[in-house]
Amino acid sequence: MEEVDVEPTITNIPALRRGKHMGFAWGQGNIFVYETLFKATGATGSGSPFIHEVRKDEDIYSPILRKLFNESHHIFVGLQTIREDLPSKNKKPQFVSISKNYRSVIRACMEELQQVAVSTKNAEMSVQYGNQVSILLAIELIWNLCEVLFIDAAPAGSLLLHLLDWVRLHKADVDEKARDVLQSDSPAEHRDYWDVVVSYVLQGRLDEARQMLGKKATLTPAANNIYKMMDNLLSKMPFYNPGGTQTLTEFDVKWRHWHEEVDRCLQDNSFASNQHLEVICKILLGDEDTLLEHKDLLGTWYHFLVSRLLFCHPTVKPTELHYYAQSCMTMFLDSRSAPEPLDSILLAAFEFDIHQVIKDCSIALNNWWFVAHLTDLLDHCKLLQSHNLHFGSNLREFLLLEYASGLFTHHSLWQLAVDYFDHCLEFGRVYLELQIERVPLDTERKALKVLRICEQRQMSEQVRSICKIMAMRALRNNRLGSALSWSIRAKDAAFATLISERFLQDYCAKGTFSDLDLIDNLGPAMLLSDRLTFLGKYREFHKLYGEKRFKEAAKLLLSLMTAKIAPRSFWMTLLTDALPLLEQKEVIFSADQTYELMFCLEELTSSLNTPSSDSDKSMQEEDVELTKVELLRLALSRNLAMAIVKEGTVET
Amino acid sequence: MFVARSIAADHKDLIHDVSYDFHGRRMATCSSDQSVKVWDKSESGEWLCTASWKTHSGSVWRVTWAHPEFGQVLASCSFDRTAAVWEEIVGESNDKQRGLSHWIKRTTLVDSRTSVTDVKFAPKHMGLMLTTCSADGVVRIYEAPDVMNLSQWSLQHEISCKLSCSCISWNPSSSRAHPSMFAVGSDDSNIASGGKVQIYEYNENTRKYGKVETLMTVTDAVHDIAFAPNLGRSFHVLAIATKDVRIFKLAPMRKESSSTGPSKFEVQIVAQFDNHNSQVWRVSWNITSTLLASSGDDGCVRLWKGKKLVHLQQEHRRLPSVGNRLQCSDRFLIFLRWVHD
Repeated sequence: MEEVDVEPTITNIPALRRGKHMGFAWGQGNIFVYETLFKATGATGSGSPFIHEVRKDEDIYSPILRKLFNESHHIFVGLQTIREDLPSKNKKPQFVSISKNYRSVIRACMEELQQVAVSTKNAEMSVQYGNQVSILLAIELIWNLCEVLFIDAAPAGSLLLHLLDWVRLHKADVDEKARDVLQSDSPAEHRDYWDVVVSYVLQGRLDEARQMLGKKATLTPAANNIYKMMDNLLSKMPFYNPGGTQTLTEFDVKWRHWHEEVDRCLQDNSFASNQHLEVICKILLGDEDTLLEHKDLLGTWYHFLVSRLLFCHPTVKPTELHYYAQSCMTMFLDSRSAPEPLDSILLAAFEFDIHQVIKDCSIALNNWWFVAHLTDLLDHCKLLQSHNLHFGSNLREFLLLEYASGLFTHHSLWQLAVDYFDHCLEFGRVYLELQIERVPLDTERKALKVLRICEQRQMSEQVRSICKIMAMRALRNNRLGSALSWSIRAKDAAFATLISERFLQDYCAKGTFSDLDLIDNLGPAMLLSDRLTFLGKYREFHKLYGEKRFKEAAKLLLSLMTAKIAPRSFWMTLLTDALPLLEQKEVIFSADQTYELMFCLEELTSSLNTPSSDSDKSMQEEDVELTKVELLRLALSRNLAMAIVKEGTVET
Repeated sequence: MFVARSIAADHKDLIHDVSYDFHGRRMATCSSDQSVKVWDKSESGEWLCTASWKTHSGSVWRVTWAHPEFGQVLASCSFDRTAAVWEEIVGESNDKQRGLSHWIKRTTLVDSRTSVTDVKFAPKHMGLMLTTCSADGVVRIYEAPDVMNLSQWSLQHEISCKLSCSCISWNPSSSRAHPSMFAVGSDDSNIASGGKVQIYEYNENTRKYGKVETLMTVTDAVHDIAFAPNLGRSFHVLAIATKDVRIFKLAPMRKESSSTGPSKFEVQIVAQFDNHNSQVWRVSWNITSTLLASSGDDGCVRLWKGKKLVHLQQEHRRLPSVGNRLQCSDRFLIFLRWVHD
């Protein structure tokens, strides 16, 4: 019931023994495999020596390709902001320029790779870089063709000019050869001289061809005539000027005249005395056999195609391309050699079968960068819908999700992936939610970075979870302040209570608070849990006390007990804190307040006196406790007396 | 794909399970040598063994990490009829310098009378809950009510599945629309004993887990099951390792609003792969459920990628137009296989 698109790639795992199973575990972007045996219960066997880490995307780890990812990310984001409501005619130049930007990023990477491939001393690395260069070359070649055919969508006339540019850009070895020839002592005698001339002609670079021919003509005055004749033919060859006033039909008529003139020269045997010039003459006539005799100079079937179009069908229409492409490919490739993936991809492009191009590229390249960005661009050009109404947007999203998920496995590139997910309307958010919570929170800084991304997108569950993880980690490492601030961010009341409890325990043990800054600035966050409120208020009391604002301090202390903010277990500590206030010369607690304090003390002592609760306390501890209560009672009654006297005095 | 590095595991017997922690920075391995090892990824990307200790008195079948919200917690299960919970203690500073960590046993769960075949933490939104299943056909769900005290676990549910259990999987969906749900597989090889995958769901009213579905078409022994991450879908996707790889879709049927009975599902098989030629032993989804990995008797791990599967809902709706042009990455697979020296 299941059919498979392509034969799967096989990755071999080095191992020792036959008849064992392979266990596995998913990682992020990788998979762990190990030798095991699933069958037997309670099985024993010899140990498994190795666990192998298998990775998917090696490209991601190349520092040079990382630039490609970074820079194309900017272009991608820019593309997403092109306004939908502009008429498509106005958008086309923008799309073409974006396409060119993508290609220039590819070119830049390619050049850099080329340089390191040459400069590296490591042979293995050199091969690896070389491979990456050839992949990028192919990518750029395909992209450029897609740009000409789909994005720029050049009409008849201009189409050929674009294709010529395309071929010239990708068959640049002519220029190198020409440089060698020109730099030699006598260029016209150079063994590559005619190759260069013919190559120029094949690419339609006729001015350069004429300059080259001029060098030979001056050397052989006897044959000057026929060189002049060739120069004349070459100079007269018409090229369509898309910006000009000439119509395509007028151009066609002019071109036919020129063609007839070339044909006449051949029929007259004008060039019979010079086989090289005769060959050029035949090429100008688009003679298939002659063209095919120069396979080595053409290099590829698509160069053959473009040269043939140049000299036979300069006004080729986009819709006719597929016919010529197919026949050129068949003619050019040996019947024995099957077309390579690149050939099929280019052919599919000439056939305007965008989906086939994308599909073949996905399979051949094992690299989502290219298909994801190209598909996205084509989708913006509204090219996918017209082909397939149902899956257009999904195909784009599918490829972008794949690409971005790959980025997420990298320790720094994951940040780029966020923007890609943001621009996938259907599943982008779910993917981001699943991926982002797996980003390792190595440092607080990184955690805050991840958190910000989640907060900006209102991903409340992820925000909560990250804060909780950080709070738990801080607590495990006894960093109470950090734990508290993370649990406040997580709005985790239970955890905040637990940590406040720890703070209070620490205070009881040491008599000082740690992380004062945090506790002093809790603000409304204090209300998250009762215990946290108490912690904050209790600290406030100490602050007031320290600032000698005794009245306010006293009032707050009392309210902590009467409003039941303080846990009962902490009352004794609070009452002890009241002692120095009671001992002040000035009366601080009013009579009413003193009554309330006394009430609190009685409530506490009556509950403490239940024998079960402190049966395990030592006699000594009990003594201390009793002394404390006695001292408090004494202080309270003395204060009460003073307060009554004072209040009486004031009233009268 | 390529082998990036090989790690000398140094277990004295077969490794039965390797488990990655939530962030992919730590790894735990368990073995028939009765030990568990914890591995940490260094800054340079190397895996270093930071703890190795004897955990059980029999083969350790599975090891699994709790969500990091609960700290650094592991659970293991064994042939010795127990499951255990382990917690890492932040050690002395000189231990840290030597790159070692301390794990202490917080609890041993001894309720099973037979080998404990699988252990899984429930999705984190349910709290800290641990599930075990055993060869005598019982699924047990434990809860740690106080996440700061992992020595206290209470047995919340005991569910008899009647058939020897080999594996459990929780439905990871945290949507309110989906009650808590898990699937349990049986390795009972007797075809006559019926469907080997049972689905249980929590019922708010009875406060119990009740069986809501048995996959009657899966009659051969089941070795592993895995719910896919939900991706916000209304339906659930379950992968099963039996004599082949099978993927089921479970779509809850619309309930009467007044109905309090168990959910009903429309069960549909969406894929079946027999490429392993014989028994399949493990299945597992990647984070976003775009890839399913399976391991089988052919000694291969196979990765399955199904565009159709991921976008099942959409495709279902647009069924008439499916299957023509867009086969891009429709379903391709990648093998990993042994090389025999």
